[in-house]
Amino acid sequence: MNRFAGLLAPTLFVAAILGVWEAACRLFSVPPYFLPAPSAIVVALARHAPLLFVSAARTLATALTAFGLVCVVAGVTALAAASSPTVERAFRPVAIGLQVTPVVALAPLFVIWAGVEHPERAVIALAAIVAFFPIYSGALAGLKSADPELERLFDLYEASPWQRLARLRVPSSAPHVLEGLKVGLGLALVGAVIAELAAGSGGSEGLAWRISEASHRLEIAQSFAALAALIFLAAGLHLLFQAAERAALGWWKGGPR
Amino acid sequence: MAPVAALEAVEVDYRGRGRALGPVDFRLDPGEIVALVGPSGCGKSTALRLLAGLEAPSRGEVRRAAVRGETSLVFQSPTLAPWLSAQANVALPLELAGVARAEARARAAEALGRVGLAGAERARPSQLSGGMAMRASLARALVTHPKVLLLDEPFAALDEITRRKLADDVLGLWAAERPAIVFVTHNVEEAVYMASRIAVMSRGPGRIAGEAVVEAPAPRPPGFRTMALFRDAVERVSDLLAEAMAGEAA
Repeated sequence: MNRFAGLLAPTLFVAAILGVWEAACRLFSVPPYFLPAPSAIVVALARHAPLLFVSAARTLATALTAFGLVCVVAGVTALAAASSPTVERAFRPVAIGLQVTPVVALAPLFVIWAGVEHPERAVIALAAIVAFFPIYSGALAGLKSADPELERLFDLYEASPWQRLARLRVPSSAPHVLEGLKVGLGLALVGAVIAELAAGSGGSEGLAWRISEASHRLEIAQSFAALAALIFLAAGLHLLFQAAERAALGWWKGGPR
Repeated sequence: MAPVAALEAVEVDYRGRGRALGPVDFRLDPGEIVALVGPSGCGKSTALRLLAGLEAPSRGEVRRAAVRGETSLVFQSPTLAPWLSAQANVALPLELAGVARAEARARAAEALGRVGLAGAERARPSQLSGGMAMRASLARALVTHPKVLLLDEPFAALDEITRRKLADDVLGLWAAERPAIVFVTHNVEEAVYMASRIAVMSRGPGRIAGEAVVEAPAPRPPGFRTMALFRDAVERVSDLLAEAMAGEAA
């Protein structure tokens, strides 16, 4: 299947959904506060583009800050856990706790801890919590994924623990780490939006704030426009990371035969 | 002559499930090539790991004259790091032993040349054919100029032509520096072609059931596979193997 045909099917499918949606709204005269037609959303998107752009940039900055933070924390934690089964076992309940904790439930606490004048700190911390688990478990799985026969050779060569880590386990971990980062990046963005919503309006200007503000004013088309901006942002980020991942994995595996 | 490695009344237990290997007595003299032949699960690879010092026996003693870097190991798969070039893979044992990078790389290039991979220094393992990757693996084993070379079914995954070519190459490389070689194989003809001594192992628990000596010049003369000497040795080893497996069944 060529590239064009590969793009055709999803494009047609999305176009069909939008077409049915638009037709249904017009045919049944659905009120715009109930469900705006796609055309109305496009108009809202165009009208509020500058504002949405600023908000998207804000949400993106929050998500990337949280992502960067988590990369460091999860990376260090995974290195420690990979160094000893005892440490890994010790971390496990906390890691799972972080995975299953609904961030919405924590949000009010974090806002209080961060101080009402710094809601963005609470939002970053909350987004970081959402993104932590996949990055941590990807890194940990990666660090433990080295070829057992290469491990044997490192035994034979009497490699030091540091050599084993730097020359075998860390490079072996690349595919798993990239996979974890990809999932974590998406979750950091979703986490940022959820945290913005949950933390409330205080000083927040991200996309979540645009979504909730518009829906409170019953400007549902504008709310959908903010949601669309979020989807574009997430998809763009995903595609960008996928390209980077492909390049990195290509380098890691070496070229084709 | 003192052996370079020996197993003395060595036994290895499965974790809580009786004995896997032994008692086994085995000695490896400097410069000899010994084949370990036997059915799957007879402990050939365990014996190899004991000789490499990668596993400790439950009872008995393993003697190893070789120090760090003097024992090399080649697996059935090439076991190359995909993120490193062929040259960097081969240089790895030297770099881990603290040899300066530039010197390690130069010696790796020289070792690649010895196994016929000159020009493939910068290739990644994914760009090498199965036979070439195995040669790179062999170069990595040889780069430290080992006294003991342990080969765990090194040619099992290769096609017949490639494995014959590699067997000749290994013998050629052996002739240059004469390391003691122990290699594990399922293939009786390959064992006879390469080894001066063949230890036949049996299962349950793994033991050395018999030994055969191949009285032929090393390296092998051309057409060795068609000679009566070769046929005769193959016959003897096959008989030993059949006996070992019959003993198991009883």
